[in-house]
Amino acid sequence: MAINTLLQHGLTGISLGGAYALIAIGYTMVYGILRLINFAHGDIFMMAGYFMIFAIASFPWYVAVPIVLIATILLGVLIERVAYKPLRSAPRMSIMISAIGVSYLLQNLATYLFTALPRGYPSIPFLKKIFQIGELSASLVTIITPVLTLVLVYLLILLINHSKIGMAMRAVSKDFETSQLMGIKINQVISVTFVVGSLLAAIGSILYFTDRMTVFPFSGMLPGLKCFVAAVLGGIGSIPGAVIGGFILGLGETALVAMGYSTFSDAFTFAILIVMLLFRPTGLFGEKVTDKV
Amino acid sequence: MKKLDQKTKIILSVALVVVAILGLSYLDANRSDYSYALSILERSAIYAVVAVAMNLLTGFTGLFSLGQAGFMAIGAYTVAILTIPVESRAAVYYINGIADGLANAYLPLWAALILAGIFAAFMGLLIGYPVLRLKSDYLAIATLGFSEIIRAFIAAPQLDRITNGSYGLKSIPGFPSTFMVFGVSALCILLMVMILRSSYGRAFKAIREDETAAEAMGINLSKHKQMAFVISCFFTGVSGGMLAVYMRSIDSKSFQIGLTFDILLIVVLGGIGSVTGSVFGAFLMTAGREWLRFFDNPLVVGGFSVPLFRSGFRMVIFSLILMAVVLYYRKGLMGTREFSWDGIYNFLRKHLYLRWRKPSGEEVKRDV
Repeated sequence: MAINTLLQHGLTGISLGGAYALIAIGYTMVYGILRLINFAHGDIFMMAGYFMIFAIASFPWYVAVPIVLIATILLGVLIERVAYKPLRSAPRMSIMISAIGVSYLLQNLATYLFTALPRGYPSIPFLKKIFQIGELSASLVTIITPVLTLVLVYLLILLINHSKIGMAMRAVSKDFETSQLMGIKINQVISVTFVVGSLLAAIGSILYFTDRMTVFPFSGMLPGLKCFVAAVLGGIGSIPGAVIGGFILGLGETALVAMGYSTFSDAFTFAILIVMLLFRPTGLFGEKVTDKV
Repeated sequence: MKKLDQKTKIILSVALVVVAILGLSYLDANRSDYSYALSILERSAIYAVVAVAMNLLTGFTGLFSLGQAGFMAIGAYTVAILTIPVESRAAVYYINGIADGLANAYLPLWAALILAGIFAAFMGLLIGYPVLRLKSDYLAIATLGFSEIIRAFIAAPQLDRITNGSYGLKSIPGFPSTFMVFGVSALCILLMVMILRSSYGRAFKAIREDETAAEAMGINLSKHKQMAFVISCFFTGVSGGMLAVYMRSIDSKSFQIGLTFDILLIVVLGGIGSVTGSVFGAFLMTAGREWLRFFDNPLVVGGFSVPLFRSGFRMVIFSLILMAVVLYYRKGLMGTREFSWDGIYNFLRKHLYLRWRKPSGEEVKRDV
């Protein structure tokens, strides 16, 4: 393979990985705090895609983007309040089933509201501008995605390590009950987690769909699961882990597609998951958890 | 709690079976009028098998697996490949041709269904060995991953000559008679109930309640978990095979994660840990989707068309109902209880008590 093709594929992979990383953070943060696989996260990401289609129909892009971000955050927090909060003391399986139920509801709602046919995703003109570096050509979004991802992650880590709410989040993820006894307002912390997760999912959705160009009611499902795998791969609960997991999956998947095994690209993700769970269940950067009997 | 005597119960059960068979024969005899109702009932019966199989794992052994769609796919493809008539195979595999060994491999339906179960169980054995070490949600996500991997392999162009890749398999002959669907389903469910009532079933329940305590009582954890998983896979495979025969044409897209979630919601609706609950759940969920169909048609009240009623609304209502069950009625229809004639008798006694009693003494006063 010529070096140029290799670089070209590498660029695509990194860009895909960036979008995965942003979504994976949402999974890892929610799992860190609630011990819940938020199956609805992928569908929040899909809904963000639809919000963009409708926002851009009536506003210029610089107004539409903030609208999409706010609408997605509201959706994420609403889901937490309605579907997860009443089950806080229930067994973990119940919350997980509730998350699956929400995912089912969002998919059916999207099918009802927007029909099952794929809709064209609006392209923001400046994101689509083609760059030419030597023999490589890439649209601006391909280059922006990884950069934006890293910047956002840096900001997020600052928030978690150097702010009061960040400290509360770390405490809650360490020990839910004790932190409650210490006077941390658990519901507030959980809401903030969902705000951050949904915000990043919305940004990820803009970057992802600008490349894919169509949205349909089930387009959140598989990316959602893959991003969860990315989170497990990096070590669930760890933000840098989720980012690295996202990039590994993005690159690996692009490599398989480039080699002509595109049908196996989804299977690859899950194969990584299983190998990881068997040999290092805590992931690359996860902390060791001891089972309490 | 008053109990009925054994004889009454047997009479009632036999009566129920006879009524069911008569009802089915009536529907079957007037097939042209009731083909829609029959097809819904057939689908429900097939889903009931997989729902009970999932319940055996999730509700009775406490292992949360989300791999059902994958095992159903294995069963479905086994049955499809072996029962498509040899003469129409060239037409089905018209693009890539069929693998040489398979061209003349033909089995009657019943043998193919058993083989479907065996293949799925064998796959479960292979997968279960590494995966069952994982706990709760990790197990769920790993099995879900496996079901996606199986689907990817089925759709892979490298296996075109066996699974016909993304073109799917067509012209699978249907069931020779409606009774076969219900007969096989009932047999499968009966076998699972018998397993659950045996000493193995009690060991499964012990594992569900407390793994450490179960181990202390001398139950071999890994052996019993593996066994529950393989048994569940077997029946999931059989029901997948029946689904293939029911649908007449399958492709890898028929076995997406959504199918697993449908089954899971049936189990939740019926009650996690109740076999009869899963059976009711399967019928309710499959029929419920059809009953709600009027939401999909435009509703006109006094010349004014209600804006919400259009295609797709039914599924929104349906998922809202399911969410309500999950949130506010977590036990589902049956909880962990089972259907019993005693239960029905006591329920009726409680609710119809006053009307049954002859007017005398206290009851009359309360009535007035």
